[in-house]
Amino acid sequence: MSNLEFEKPVLELEAKIAELRNVTGDDSMNIADEITRMQGKADRLLQQTYSKLTAQQKVQVARHQDRPHFLDYIDGLIEDFTPLAGDRNFGEDDALPAGLGRFKGRSCVILGQEKGNDTESRIKRNFGMARPEGYRKAQRLMKMAEQFQIPVITLVDTAGAYPGVGAEERGQAEAIAKSIETCLRVKTPIVSVVIGEGGSGGAIAIATADKVYMLEHSIYSVISPEGCASILWRSAEHANDAAAALKLTAQDLYQLKLIDGIIAEPVGGAHRKKEETIASVGMQIENALDDLSNISSDKLVQQRHQKFLKMGREAA
Amino acid sequence: MNWLTNFIRPKIQSIVEQKDVPDNLWQKCPGCEGMLFHRDLSENMNVCYHCGHHMKITVQERMELLFDDGKYKELPMPKAPHDPLKFKDRKKYADRIKETRQKTGREDAIMIAEGTIGGSPAIIAGMDFTFMGGSMGAAVGEAIVVAAEQAVAKQAALIVIPTSGGARMQEGMVSLMQMPRTIIAAEMVKNEGLPYIVLLTDPTTGGVSASFAMVGDIHIAEPGTTIGFAGKRVIQETIREELPEGFQTAEYLLEHGMVDMVVERKELHETLARILDLLFNRDGSARALNDNGSKTSAKGKAAKGKGSKGPRAAAMEVPVIEKTAANTDAPAEEPIRTAGTKG
Repeated sequence: MSNLEFEKPVLELEAKIAELRNVTGDDSMNIADEITRMQGKADRLLQQTYSKLTAQQKVQVARHQDRPHFLDYIDGLIEDFTPLAGDRNFGEDDALPAGLGRFKGRSCVILGQEKGNDTESRIKRNFGMARPEGYRKAQRLMKMAEQFQIPVITLVDTAGAYPGVGAEERGQAEAIAKSIETCLRVKTPIVSVVIGEGGSGGAIAIATADKVYMLEHSIYSVISPEGCASILWRSAEHANDAAAALKLTAQDLYQLKLIDGIIAEPVGGAHRKKEETIASVGMQIENALDDLSNISSDKLVQQRHQKFLKMGREAA
Repeated sequence: MNWLTNFIRPKIQSIVEQKDVPDNLWQKCPGCEGMLFHRDLSENMNVCYHCGHHMKITVQERMELLFDDGKYKELPMPKAPHDPLKFKDRKKYADRIKETRQKTGREDAIMIAEGTIGGSPAIIAGMDFTFMGGSMGAAVGEAIVVAAEQAVAKQAALIVIPTSGGARMQEGMVSLMQMPRTIIAAEMVKNEGLPYIVLLTDPTTGGVSASFAMVGDIHIAEPGTTIGFAGKRVIQETIREELPEGFQTAEYLLEHGMVDMVVERKELHETLARILDLLFNRDGSARALNDNGSKTSAKGKAAKGKGSKGPRAAAMEVPVIEKTAANTDAPAEEPIRTAGTKG
């Protein structure tokens, strides 16, 4: 189930506990005590491990295959989800599902990258790497949200925009640039949450929002640690160093004032308690939308611009 | 040559070394491998006179090429945080940037200047590839924002000239945030009804191509310019097959509808002058250009202007422009940043 090296001690303990639970015998009282003791130990160990994850460990958690993905959030948070397809130009992009839905009573447009959760769905979703069509569909739906004066919710989870010949041919750069432009122009509230991996241009294309939140163990970076290491250290083996240097964790980015808040994950990460994570994300989005709904549309756009203009203007 | 330099006394050594000098007078064209004499090459604006291959030119040369009579006023670089992450790879970013500044004599990978093009007022934000591959960090982003503010304040066109590998990794997410920031800059200019023109030069890739370089009213590219989002190597590693002929060149983008025109370097001034005239001088009452649009004739003749605003060509001749009501649209904080920097 888990592929995280640093979780091994915890997993071993948990395996032993499971073994003990299967033992039936005369001294079941003693076994119960032992289980309680070991469970306590496992919990403490997990808590300790997750309280001091390194940047590269966070990268691994953020990419964990069992982490709740876009469609899990749709299931958990959105009623009457009505997927809408196509950019009205070239095609549909399954890497970036989008549609209308009802979030805690209000109609909204919701979109984001879906990585898939088995081989078949991963291929269908292109591993969450969107093509220009995806970003153009996002633009179309954001404009529609404005037309009907409903908010936009975006959930970011991508290694990056897809680097392929077709994607380049059809203007990946232009699609991303225009998607950012649309985010900046839209006269209804936009709330973004980085739920896993925020991969560079492919992420910011849908995350130029009034409020941008990150899950506690998600990451958001201008380049993957591996890519950065291979360029600056000339070896992908330095991904640990690159991850730390890039300041890509939610905690770093909050400190740098580049995001608006951090959403706590359950102990041991989102992949251990999906429902709890999804509920926390829902609560944060609801609060943000409550705040933003009182702001006039012109002021909203102005504030959004001011917020981004500040980034890189203030002295470090 | 080592044993030679060790054994021969300095005086003789200098004679020996002089032999190396003529090498610099000639260079090989990367396009056709033809030999190019340095003076002829520079007279031809660094375009190969055998095959038309466009080689890189410095940002100053670009400014001279594009502004009327090669005259412009460089605007000071705004202040920006230059090492927000305290980044260190095998070397400290702070040291790397210090060295690059010394080597290039430039504050960062961009230069902003004002002047006229065919008599029309223009601010140019031109990038410098020799400064860390023209990468975009906070300083580049801020310079583009300031260039936009200046264009608005002076009711001038904004012309941006990217030449960049993309976002500057060493500034991490701060550099990624320059993507929305520079797009906001373009918005400021567009909202004012002023032209926002992108002149794509080699190379324009990554976070730069996916932001301010692709939201122009008009996209012009120099021949042969590499333009794309992902790097060729990354794409090749992903798809594991050969890339199509001419992939990601200006001509390829023209064919795929991403740029309006591919224009040779020697035609750029005239092209920009004509476009700006069409966009500024909308009723044709103040024709600044003669029929061939040459810059010498454009110069000085013009009393251009949009609506009631004064003769702008004349105004732009003066280094510091008296501006009227338009200034109120610029953000209140430091409309013109006066801290002098070197060019």
